[in-house]
Amino acid sequence: MKSFDELSLKEIVDEVQDGFILGIPADYSGVPMKFTKELIKKGVKNLKLYCLPLTTIQGDMLIGSGCVSEIEAAAVTLGEFGMAPRFSEAVENGKILIKDSTCPALHAQLQATEKSVPFMPLRGVIGSDIQKHRKDWHVIENPMRSSGVREEPVLLLPAVQLDILVFHAPCSDRNGNIQIGRRRELATLAHASKKVFVTVEKVLDIDFFEDELSAATCLPGLYVNGISIVKNGAWPCALPGVYSSDNEEIKKYSLAAKTKEGFGEYMRYCL
Amino acid sequence: MNLDIQREELLISQLADLLKNDKHVAVGAASPIPGAAALLAKEEAKFLNKRLRVTILHSNKYNNFTDGARELFDCAAQGRIDTFFLGGVQIDGQANINLVGTGEYPKIKKRFPGSFGSALMYFVVPQIILFREEHSPRTLVKKVDFISAPGVSERGVYRPGGPKYLLTNRALFKFNTNLKKFSLCKINEKETVKNLIKVTGFDFDVDNKISQMPNPDTNRINILRDKIAPMVSEFYPEFANRIWGI
Repeated sequence: MKSFDELSLKEIVDEVQDGFILGIPADYSGVPMKFTKELIKKGVKNLKLYCLPLTTIQGDMLIGSGCVSEIEAAAVTLGEFGMAPRFSEAVENGKILIKDSTCPALHAQLQATEKSVPFMPLRGVIGSDIQKHRKDWHVIENPMRSSGVREEPVLLLPAVQLDILVFHAPCSDRNGNIQIGRRRELATLAHASKKVFVTVEKVLDIDFFEDELSAATCLPGLYVNGISIVKNGAWPCALPGVYSSDNEEIKKYSLAAKTKEGFGEYMRYCL
Repeated sequence: MNLDIQREELLISQLADLLKNDKHVAVGAASPIPGAAALLAKEEAKFLNKRLRVTILHSNKYNNFTDGARELFDCAAQGRIDTFFLGGVQIDGQANINLVGTGEYPKIKKRFPGSFGSALMYFVVPQIILFREEHSPRTLVKKVDFISAPGVSERGVYRPGGPKYLLTNRALFKFNTNLKKFSLCKINEKETVKNLIKVTGFDFDVDNKISQMPNPDTNRINILRDKIAPMVSEFYPEFANRIWGI
Protein backbone atom coordinates (compact mmCIF):
# COMPACT_ATOMS: atom_id res chain seq x y z
CA MET A 1 0.00 0.00 0.00
CA LYS A 2 2.51 2.63 1.12
CA SER A 3 5.02 4.03 -1.33
CA PHE A 4 7.29 5.40 1.38
CA ASP A 5 9.28 3.92 4.26
CA GLU A 6 7.91 4.74 7.63
CA LEU A 7 10.49 5.94 10.14
CA SER A 8 10.58 5.51 13.88
CA LEU A 9 10.54 8.64 16.02
CA LYS A 10 14.10 7.81 17.07
CA GLU A 11 15.26 7.82 13.46
CA ILE A 12 13.87 11.34 13.06
CA VAL A 13 15.47 12.52 16.29
CA ASP A 14 18.81 11.12 15.10
CA GLU A 15 18.65 13.39 12.06
CA VAL A 16 18.99 16.46 14.30
CA GLN A 17 22.60 17.37 14.92
CA ASP A 18 24.06 19.80 17.45
CA GLY A 19 24.12 23.36 16.09
CA PHE A 20 21.38 22.82 13.50
CA ILE A 21 18.90 25.54 12.52
CA LEU A 22 15.60 23.88 13.46
CA GLY A 23 12.30 25.15 12.02
CA ILE A 24 9.66 25.72 14.67
CA PRO A 25 5.96 25.88 13.71
CA ALA A 26 3.57 28.20 15.59
CA ASP A 27 1.13 26.77 18.12
CA TYR A 28 -1.65 26.84 15.51
CA SER A 29 0.18 24.80 12.88
CA GLY A 30 0.98 21.41 14.41
CA VAL A 31 3.66 21.39 17.11
CA PRO A 32 5.63 18.09 17.22
CA MET A 33 5.68 17.73 21.01
CA LYS A 34 6.43 13.99 21.23
CA PHE A 35 9.38 14.55 18.92
CA THR A 36 10.51 17.53 21.02
CA LYS A 37 10.56 15.46 24.20
CA GLU A 38 12.62 12.75 22.50
CA LEU A 39 15.01 15.42 21.27
CA ILE A 40 15.42 16.70 24.82
CA LYS A 41 16.04 13.14 26.05
CA LYS A 42 18.80 12.76 23.47
CA GLY A 43 20.47 15.87 24.90
CA VAL A 44 20.99 17.78 21.65
CA LYS A 45 22.93 21.06 22.06
CA ASN A 46 23.32 24.53 20.53
CA LEU A 47 20.20 24.41 18.39
CA LYS A 48 19.24 27.58 16.59
CA LEU A 49 15.47 27.82 16.64
CA TYR A 50 13.84 29.60 13.73
CA CYS A 51 10.22 30.25 14.67
CA LEU A 52 7.52 30.93 12.10
CA PRO A 53 6.72 33.27 13.63
CA LEU A 54 6.45 32.32 17.31
CA THR A 55 6.77 29.42 19.69
CA THR A 56 5.02 28.42 22.89
CA ILE A 57 5.73 25.43 25.14
CA GLN A 58 7.95 23.71 22.56
CA GLY A 59 10.54 26.49 22.48
CA ASP A 60 10.29 27.09 26.21
CA MET A 61 10.96 23.40 26.98
CA LEU A 62 13.91 23.20 24.60
CA ILE A 63 15.42 26.38 26.09
CA GLY A 64 14.80 25.24 29.67
CA SER A 65 16.49 21.91 28.87
CA GLY A 66 19.65 23.63 27.65
CA CYS A 67 19.27 22.53 24.01
CA VAL A 68 19.27 26.04 22.50
CA SER A 69 21.97 28.66 21.93
CA GLU A 70 20.04 31.00 19.64
CA ILE A 71 16.45 31.80 18.75
CA GLU A 72 15.00 33.96 16.00
CA ALA A 73 11.35 34.78 16.68
CA ALA A 74 8.64 37.41 16.80
CA ALA A 75 7.42 36.12 20.16
CA VAL A 76 7.87 33.39 22.71
CA THR A 77 4.81 33.07 24.93
CA LEU A 78 2.44 30.60 26.56
CA GLY A 79 -0.49 32.59 25.16
CA GLU A 80 -3.40 32.66 27.57
CA PHE A 81 -1.17 31.12 30.22
CA GLY A 82 1.22 34.02 30.34
CA MET A 83 4.88 34.39 29.59
CA ALA A 84 7.25 31.64 28.61
CA PRO A 85 9.19 31.44 31.88
CA ARG A 86 12.28 29.49 30.81
CA PHE A 87 12.70 31.71 27.76
CA SER A 88 12.42 34.93 29.78
CA GLU A 89 14.86 33.63 32.38
CA ALA A 90 17.38 32.55 29.73
CA VAL A 91 17.26 35.92 27.94
CA GLU A 92 17.44 37.96 31.14
CA ASN A 93 20.54 36.03 32.20
CA GLY A 94 22.22 36.07 28.77
CA LYS A 95 22.10 32.28 28.40
CA ILE A 96 20.76 32.41 24.83
CA LEU A 97 20.97 34.87 21.97
CA ILE A 98 17.63 36.21 20.82
CA LYS A 99 17.38 37.65 17.33
CA ASP A 100 14.27 39.75 17.81
CA SER A 101 12.18 39.91 14.66
CA THR A 102 8.63 40.56 13.53
CA CYS A 103 6.20 38.05 11.99
CA PRO A 104 6.23 39.23 8.35
CA ALA A 105 10.06 39.38 8.35
CA LEU A 106 10.28 35.76 9.49
CA HIS A 107 7.94 34.78 6.66
CA ALA A 108 9.79 36.90 4.09
CA GLN A 109 13.23 35.44 4.91
CA LEU A 110 11.92 31.95 4.18
CA GLN A 111 10.06 33.15 1.10
CA ALA A 112 13.41 34.37 -0.26
CA THR A 113 14.77 30.84 0.13
CA GLU A 114 11.61 29.43 -1.50
CA LYS A 115 12.39 31.50 -4.57
CA SER A 116 16.15 30.97 -4.25
CA VAL A 117 16.85 34.70 -4.28
CA PRO A 118 19.36 36.25 -1.83
CA PHE A 119 16.96 38.63 -0.12
CA MET A 120 13.38 39.79 0.15
CA PRO A 121 12.14 43.37 0.58
CA LEU A 122 9.55 44.30 3.19
CA ARG A 123 7.74 47.51 4.06
CA GLY A 124 7.25 48.77 7.61
CA VAL A 125 9.81 48.01 10.36
CA ILE A 126 11.98 51.04 9.51
CA GLY A 127 12.67 53.21 12.54
CA SER A 128 12.02 50.41 15.03
CA ASP A 129 14.65 49.12 17.45
CA ILE A 130 14.15 45.69 15.90
CA GLN A 131 15.67 47.03 12.71
CA LYS A 132 18.35 48.97 14.61
CA HIS A 133 19.68 45.81 16.27
CA ARG A 134 19.59 43.55 13.21
CA LYS A 135 22.97 44.02 11.56
CA ASP A 136 22.03 41.38 8.95
CA TRP A 137 19.21 43.60 7.63
CA HIS A 138 19.73 46.47 5.19
CA VAL A 139 17.76 49.51 4.09
CA ILE A 140 18.06 50.68 0.49
CA GLU A 141 16.29 53.30 -1.56
CA ASN A 142 13.69 51.89 -3.92
CA PRO A 143 15.59 51.68 -7.24
CA MET A 144 12.47 51.02 -9.33
CA ARG A 145 11.10 53.62 -11.69
CA SER A 146 7.87 51.82 -12.48
CA SER A 147 6.63 50.75 -9.04
CA GLY A 148 6.42 52.23 -5.57
CA VAL A 149 7.72 55.66 -4.69
CA ARG A 150 11.20 56.46 -5.96
CA GLU A 151 13.84 56.72 -3.27
CA GLU A 152 11.45 55.34 -0.68
CA PRO A 153 13.51 53.50 1.95
CA VAL A 154 12.84 49.76 1.79
CA LEU A 155 14.06 47.06 4.15
CA LEU A 156 15.94 44.05 2.72
CA LEU A 157 16.02 40.76 4.61
CA PRO A 158 18.45 37.91 3.93
CA ALA A 159 17.25 34.51 2.73
CA VAL A 160 17.31 31.96 5.54
CA GLN A 161 17.65 28.25 4.96
CA LEU A 162 16.73 25.81 7.70
CA ASP A 163 18.79 22.68 8.29
CA ILE A 164 15.80 20.68 9.39
CA LEU A 165 12.08 21.04 9.93
CA VAL A 166 9.87 18.73 11.98
CA PHE A 167 6.14 19.25 12.40
CA HIS A 168 3.06 17.23 13.34
CA ALA A 169 0.10 16.74 10.97
CA PRO A 170 -3.25 14.93 11.00
CA CYS A 171 -2.37 12.43 8.28
CA SER A 172 -0.46 11.50 5.18
CA ASP A 173 -1.76 9.59 2.19
CA ARG A 174 -0.20 6.34 0.95
CA ASN A 175 2.24 8.30 -1.20
CA GLY A 176 3.62 10.39 1.61
CA ASN A 177 1.73 13.58 0.82
CA ILE A 178 0.91 15.43 4.05
CA GLN A 179 -2.42 17.03 4.90
CA ILE A 180 -1.72 20.57 6.14
CA GLY A 181 -5.09 22.17 5.41
CA ARG A 182 -5.00 25.95 5.55
CA ARG A 183 -1.74 25.98 7.53
CA ARG A 184 0.22 27.00 4.45
CA GLU A 185 3.08 28.41 6.56
CA LEU A 186 4.10 24.76 6.95
CA ALA A 187 4.68 24.66 3.20
CA THR A 188 6.79 27.83 3.42
CA LEU A 189 8.86 26.23 6.19
CA ALA A 190 9.23 23.00 4.23
CA HIS A 191 10.26 24.73 0.99
CA ALA A 192 13.01 26.55 2.88
CA SER A 193 14.40 23.54 4.74
CA LYS A 194 17.16 21.15 3.65
CA LYS A 195 15.38 18.23 5.32
CA VAL A 196 11.75 17.80 6.39
CA PHE A 197 10.31 15.17 8.73
CA VAL A 198 6.70 14.85 9.73
CA THR A 199 4.97 13.00 12.54
CA VAL A 200 1.36 12.10 11.69
CA GLU A 201 -1.63 10.73 13.57
CA LYS A 202 -2.29 8.20 10.81
CA VAL A 203 -1.66 7.15 7.23
CA LEU A 204 -4.69 6.97 4.92
CA ASP A 205 -4.85 4.42 2.11
CA ILE A 206 -5.86 7.06 -0.46
CA ASP A 207 -4.16 9.44 -2.87
CA PHE A 208 -4.73 13.13 -2.03
CA PHE A 209 -4.06 14.06 -5.66
CA GLU A 210 -7.10 12.15 -6.91
CA ASP A 211 -9.37 14.85 -5.49
CA GLU A 212 -9.03 18.60 -6.14
CA LEU A 213 -10.03 19.48 -2.58
CA SER A 214 -7.47 17.31 -0.85
CA ALA A 215 -4.78 18.06 -3.46
CA ALA A 216 -5.07 21.77 -2.65
CA THR A 217 -4.58 21.23 1.07
CA CYS A 218 -1.55 18.98 1.11
CA LEU A 219 2.20 19.35 1.20
CA PRO A 220 3.48 17.18 -1.65
CA GLY A 221 5.68 14.28 -0.59
CA LEU A 222 8.49 15.59 -2.76
CA TYR A 223 9.44 17.96 0.07
CA VAL A 224 9.29 15.28 2.76
CA ASN A 225 12.26 13.14 3.80
CA GLY A 226 10.49 10.91 6.28
CA ILE A 227 7.26 10.21 8.12
CA SER A 228 6.60 8.61 11.47
CA ILE A 229 3.20 7.65 12.89
CA VAL A 230 2.91 9.24 16.33
CA LYS A 231 -0.49 9.21 18.01
CA ASN A 232 -1.33 12.37 19.95
CA GLY A 233 1.94 13.77 18.67
CA ALA A 234 1.08 17.41 19.35
CA TRP A 235 -0.19 16.97 22.93
CA PRO A 236 -0.59 19.12 24.97
CA CYS A 237 -0.69 21.54 22.03
CA ALA A 238 -3.65 21.51 19.65
CA LEU A 239 -3.77 19.76 16.31
CA PRO A 240 -6.08 22.08 14.35
CA GLY A 241 -9.21 20.33 13.16
CA VAL A 242 -8.37 17.14 15.08
CA TYR A 243 -8.00 17.93 18.79
CA SER A 244 -7.75 21.09 20.85
CA SER A 245 -5.03 21.97 23.29
CA ASP A 246 -4.97 20.43 26.76
CA ASN A 247 -5.25 23.69 28.69
CA GLU A 248 -5.00 22.02 32.09
CA GLU A 249 -1.64 20.55 31.15
CA ILE A 250 -0.29 23.81 29.68
CA LYS A 251 -1.41 25.64 32.81
CA LYS A 252 0.36 23.01 34.91
CA TYR A 253 3.52 23.57 32.89
CA SER A 254 3.25 27.37 33.11
CA LEU A 255 3.14 27.17 36.90
CA ALA A 256 5.87 24.54 37.26
CA ALA A 257 8.28 26.26 34.86
CA LYS A 258 8.27 29.50 36.86
CA THR A 259 11.31 28.14 38.72
CA LYS A 260 14.25 26.07 37.53
CA GLU A 261 13.47 23.40 40.13
CA GLY A 262 9.78 23.27 39.20
CA PHE A 263 10.72 22.96 35.53
CA GLY A 264 13.16 20.13 36.30
CA GLU A 265 10.52 18.26 38.22
CA TYR A 266 7.95 18.72 35.46
CA MET A 267 10.37 17.46 32.82
CA ARG A 268 11.26 14.37 34.85
CA TYR A 269 7.58 13.54 35.07
CA CYS A 270 6.82 14.26 31.42
CA LEU A 271 9.84 12.51 29.89
CA MET B 1 -30.75 39.78 34.38
CA ASN B 2 -27.86 41.20 36.34
CA LEU B 3 -26.88 44.47 34.67
CA ASP B 4 -23.81 45.14 36.78
CA ILE B 5 -21.38 45.94 34.03
CA GLN B 6 -18.01 44.30 34.46
CA ARG B 7 -14.83 46.24 33.72
CA GLU B 8 -14.03 44.00 30.74
CA GLU B 9 -17.53 44.47 29.32
CA LEU B 10 -17.16 48.25 29.50
CA LEU B 11 -13.88 48.02 27.57
CA ILE B 12 -15.40 45.69 24.97
CA SER B 13 -18.20 48.23 24.53
CA GLN B 14 -15.77 51.17 24.14
CA LEU B 15 -13.80 49.30 21.48
CA ALA B 16 -16.95 48.24 19.61
CA ASP B 17 -17.90 51.93 19.29
CA LEU B 18 -14.66 52.57 17.39
CA LEU B 19 -15.37 49.90 14.76
CA LYS B 20 -18.62 51.29 13.38
CA ASN B 21 -17.24 52.49 10.04
CA ASP B 22 -15.13 49.44 9.32
CA LYS B 23 -15.50 46.76 6.68
CA HIS B 24 -12.78 44.41 7.94
CA VAL B 25 -11.39 44.19 11.47
CA ALA B 26 -8.56 41.81 12.33
CA VAL B 27 -7.55 40.66 15.79
CA GLY B 28 -4.13 39.26 16.65
CA ALA B 29 -2.58 37.27 19.48
CA ALA B 30 -3.55 37.48 23.16
CA SER B 31 -6.52 39.79 22.54
CA PRO B 32 -9.75 38.45 24.09
CA ILE B 33 -11.27 41.92 24.69
CA PRO B 34 -10.60 43.22 21.16
CA GLY B 35 -11.81 39.88 19.80
CA ALA B 36 -15.09 40.16 21.68
CA ALA B 37 -15.44 43.81 20.61
CA ALA B 38 -14.97 42.95 16.94
CA LEU B 39 -17.59 40.17 17.06
CA LEU B 40 -19.98 42.50 18.92
CA ALA B 41 -19.53 45.23 16.30
CA LYS B 42 -20.14 42.63 13.58
CA GLU B 43 -23.38 41.53 15.24
CA GLU B 44 -24.58 45.13 15.68
CA ALA B 45 -23.69 46.04 12.11
CA LYS B 46 -26.30 43.52 10.95
CA PHE B 47 -29.06 45.64 12.50
CA LEU B 48 -27.91 48.56 10.36
CA ASN B 49 -27.84 46.38 7.27
CA LYS B 50 -24.08 46.66 7.12
CA ARG B 51 -21.54 43.91 6.80
CA LEU B 52 -18.44 43.82 8.93
CA ARG B 53 -15.89 41.11 8.30
CA VAL B 54 -13.93 39.93 11.33
CA THR B 55 -10.75 37.89 11.22
CA ILE B 56 -9.57 36.44 14.51
CA LEU B 57 -6.14 35.00 14.07
CA HIS B 58 -6.28 32.54 16.93
CA SER B 59 -9.60 31.10 15.88
CA ASN B 60 -10.26 28.47 13.26
CA LYS B 61 -13.89 29.47 12.92
CA TYR B 62 -13.66 33.28 12.74
CA ASN B 63 -10.76 33.36 10.35
CA ASN B 64 -10.92 34.36 6.68
CA PHE B 65 -7.43 33.28 5.68
CA THR B 66 -6.32 30.18 3.78
CA ASP B 67 -2.81 31.15 2.71
CA GLY B 68 -1.03 30.60 6.01
CA ALA B 69 0.03 32.99 8.74
CA ARG B 70 1.63 35.40 6.31
CA GLU B 71 -1.72 36.25 4.73
CA LEU B 72 -2.64 38.61 7.60
CA PHE B 73 0.41 40.74 6.81
CA ASP B 74 0.00 40.59 3.05
CA CYS B 75 -3.69 41.41 3.41
CA ALA B 76 -2.91 44.36 5.70
CA ALA B 77 -0.19 45.64 3.37
CA GLN B 78 -2.71 45.56 0.52
CA GLY B 79 -4.94 47.89 2.55
CA ARG B 80 -7.68 45.30 3.07
CA ILE B 81 -7.80 45.61 6.86
CA ASP B 82 -9.35 48.77 8.37
CA THR B 83 -8.64 48.23 12.06
CA PHE B 84 -6.13 46.19 14.05
CA PHE B 85 -5.28 46.20 17.76
CA LEU B 86 -1.85 46.43 19.33
CA GLY B 87 -0.74 46.44 22.94
CA GLY B 88 2.50 47.06 24.72
CA VAL B 89 4.48 46.40 27.85
CA GLN B 90 5.12 50.14 27.58
CA ILE B 91 3.49 52.80 25.43
CA ASP B 92 4.93 56.30 25.33
CA GLY B 93 3.59 59.79 24.60
CA GLN B 94 4.61 59.59 20.93
CA ALA B 95 2.74 56.29 20.59
CA ASN B 96 5.91 54.20 20.35
CA ILE B 97 5.16 50.70 21.59
CA ASN B 98 7.40 48.22 23.35
CA LEU B 99 6.50 44.53 23.43
CA VAL B 100 9.99 43.23 24.11
CA GLY B 101 10.93 44.13 27.67
CA THR B 102 12.22 46.66 30.14
CA GLY B 103 15.80 47.71 30.71
CA GLU B 104 18.44 48.57 28.15
CA TYR B 105 18.29 46.23 25.16
CA PRO B 106 19.85 43.72 24.63
CA LYS B 107 20.75 43.45 28.34
CA ILE B 108 17.13 43.31 29.26
CA LYS B 109 15.91 43.29 32.87
CA LYS B 110 12.48 41.84 32.36
CA ARG B 111 11.80 40.00 29.14
CA PHE B 112 8.33 39.88 27.58
CA PRO B 113 7.17 37.73 24.62
CA GLY B 114 8.27 39.91 21.69
CA SER B 115 7.10 42.26 18.96
CA PHE B 116 4.79 39.88 17.04
CA GLY B 117 3.66 41.52 13.77
CA SER B 118 3.50 45.05 15.19
CA ALA B 119 6.45 46.36 13.17
CA LEU B 120 4.49 45.97 9.93
CA MET B 121 0.86 46.25 11.07
CA TYR B 122 1.47 49.63 12.75
CA PHE B 123 2.62 51.04 9.40
CA VAL B 124 -0.07 49.75 7.07
CA VAL B 125 -3.41 49.47 8.90
CA PRO B 126 -5.27 52.83 8.78
CA GLN B 127 -6.80 52.56 12.25
CA ILE B 128 -4.58 51.02 14.88
CA ILE B 129 -6.17 50.95 18.32
CA LEU B 130 -3.68 50.65 21.14
CA PHE B 131 -5.13 48.69 24.01
CA ARG B 132 -3.56 48.23 27.40
CA GLU B 133 -5.74 47.58 30.43
CA GLU B 134 -3.21 48.68 33.04
CA HIS B 135 -3.00 52.48 33.12
CA SER B 136 -0.06 53.42 35.32
CA PRO B 137 3.29 55.25 35.15
CA ARG B 138 4.80 51.80 34.61
CA THR B 139 2.88 51.09 31.39
CA LEU B 140 2.30 54.61 30.00
CA VAL B 141 5.79 56.06 30.02
CA LYS B 142 7.64 59.12 28.80
CA LYS B 143 9.94 57.05 26.56
CA VAL B 144 9.78 53.32 25.88
CA ASP B 145 12.87 51.20 26.60
CA PHE B 146 12.59 49.47 23.21
CA ILE B 147 10.69 50.51 20.11
CA SER B 148 8.94 47.45 18.68
CA ALA B 149 7.12 49.81 16.32
CA PRO B 150 7.32 53.61 16.15
CA GLY B 151 4.22 55.80 16.57
CA VAL B 152 5.26 58.17 13.79
CA SER B 153 7.74 57.86 10.92
CA GLU B 154 10.07 60.17 9.10
CA ARG B 155 8.88 61.67 5.83
CA GLY B 156 9.37 59.37 2.88
CA VAL B 157 8.74 56.17 4.84
CA TYR B 158 5.75 54.26 3.47
CA ARG B 159 3.12 54.71 6.15
CA PRO B 160 -0.56 54.74 5.24
CA GLY B 161 -1.42 53.48 8.74
CA GLY B 162 -0.75 54.24 12.36
CA PRO B 163 -2.15 54.86 15.83
CA LYS B 164 -5.60 56.43 16.12
CA TYR B 165 -6.69 55.61 19.70
CA LEU B 166 -5.36 54.33 23.01
CA LEU B 167 -7.79 52.65 25.38
CA THR B 168 -6.97 51.74 29.00
CA ASN B 169 -9.22 50.75 31.89
CA ARG B 170 -9.23 54.41 32.96
CA ALA B 171 -9.48 56.42 29.75
CA LEU B 172 -9.68 56.72 25.97
CA PHE B 173 -7.11 58.90 24.16
CA LYS B 174 -7.05 60.03 20.55
CA PHE B 175 -3.65 60.30 18.84
CA ASN B 176 -2.75 63.39 16.85
CA THR B 177 -0.07 62.40 14.33
CA ASN B 178 0.89 65.97 13.42
CA LEU B 179 1.42 67.02 17.03
CA LYS B 180 2.81 63.54 17.91
CA LYS B 181 0.68 63.67 21.03
CA PHE B 182 -2.29 61.97 22.69
CA SER B 183 -5.42 63.86 23.58
CA LEU B 184 -7.72 62.65 26.36
CA CYS B 185 -11.28 62.27 25.05
CA LYS B 186 -13.19 59.89 27.37
CA ILE B 187 -12.72 58.96 30.99
CA ASN B 188 -14.05 56.20 33.19
CA GLU B 189 -16.81 57.45 35.51
CA LYS B 190 -14.63 56.70 38.54
CA GLU B 191 -11.77 58.87 37.23
CA THR B 192 -10.81 62.54 37.26
CA VAL B 193 -8.53 64.38 34.84
CA LYS B 194 -6.38 65.36 37.79
CA ASN B 195 -5.81 61.74 38.78
CA LEU B 196 -5.16 60.72 35.18
CA ILE B 197 -2.36 63.28 34.95
CA LYS B 198 -0.85 61.66 38.03
CA VAL B 199 -1.01 58.06 36.78
CA THR B 200 0.10 58.76 33.19
CA GLY B 201 3.84 58.83 32.57
CA PHE B 202 3.59 61.11 29.52
CA ASP B 203 2.11 64.56 28.88
CA PHE B 204 -1.15 64.69 26.99
CA ASP B 205 -3.70 67.23 25.79
CA VAL B 206 -7.28 67.28 27.01
CA ASP B 207 -9.95 67.36 24.32
CA ASN B 208 -12.43 70.22 24.75
CA LYS B 209 -15.27 67.76 24.13
CA ILE B 210 -14.12 65.36 26.86
CA SER B 211 -16.86 63.06 28.17
CA GLN B 212 -17.47 60.01 30.32
CA MET B 213 -17.19 56.51 28.91
CA PRO B 214 -20.80 55.51 28.30
CA ASN B 215 -21.98 52.24 29.80
CA PRO B 216 -23.32 49.73 27.29
CA ASP B 217 -27.13 49.77 27.18
CA THR B 218 -29.27 46.72 28.03
CA ASN B 219 -29.57 45.75 24.41
CA ARG B 220 -25.84 45.68 23.85
CA ILE B 221 -25.08 43.85 27.08
CA ASN B 222 -27.66 41.20 26.19
CA ILE B 223 -26.08 40.60 22.80
CA LEU B 224 -22.65 40.45 24.40
CA ARG B 225 -23.60 37.95 27.09
CA ASP B 226 -26.01 35.78 25.11
CA LYS B 227 -24.44 35.71 21.71
CA ILE B 228 -20.83 36.89 21.77
CA ALA B 229 -19.64 35.21 24.99
CA PRO B 230 -20.09 31.64 23.65
CA MET B 231 -18.27 32.65 20.46
CA VAL B 232 -15.34 34.02 22.46
CA SER B 233 -15.08 30.80 24.44
CA GLU B 234 -14.11 29.00 21.22
CA PHE B 235 -10.82 30.88 20.96
CA TYR B 236 -10.28 32.30 24.48
CA PRO B 237 -11.77 29.66 26.80
CA GLU B 238 -9.93 30.90 29.92
CA PHE B 239 -11.15 34.46 29.43
CA ALA B 240 -14.76 33.50 28.67
CA ASN B 241 -14.80 31.31 31.75
CA ARG B 242 -13.43 34.06 33.99
CA ILE B 243 -15.76 36.82 32.77
CA TRP B 244 -18.96 34.99 31.95
CA GLY B 245 -18.54 31.67 33.72
CA ILE B 246 -19.00 29.63 30.56
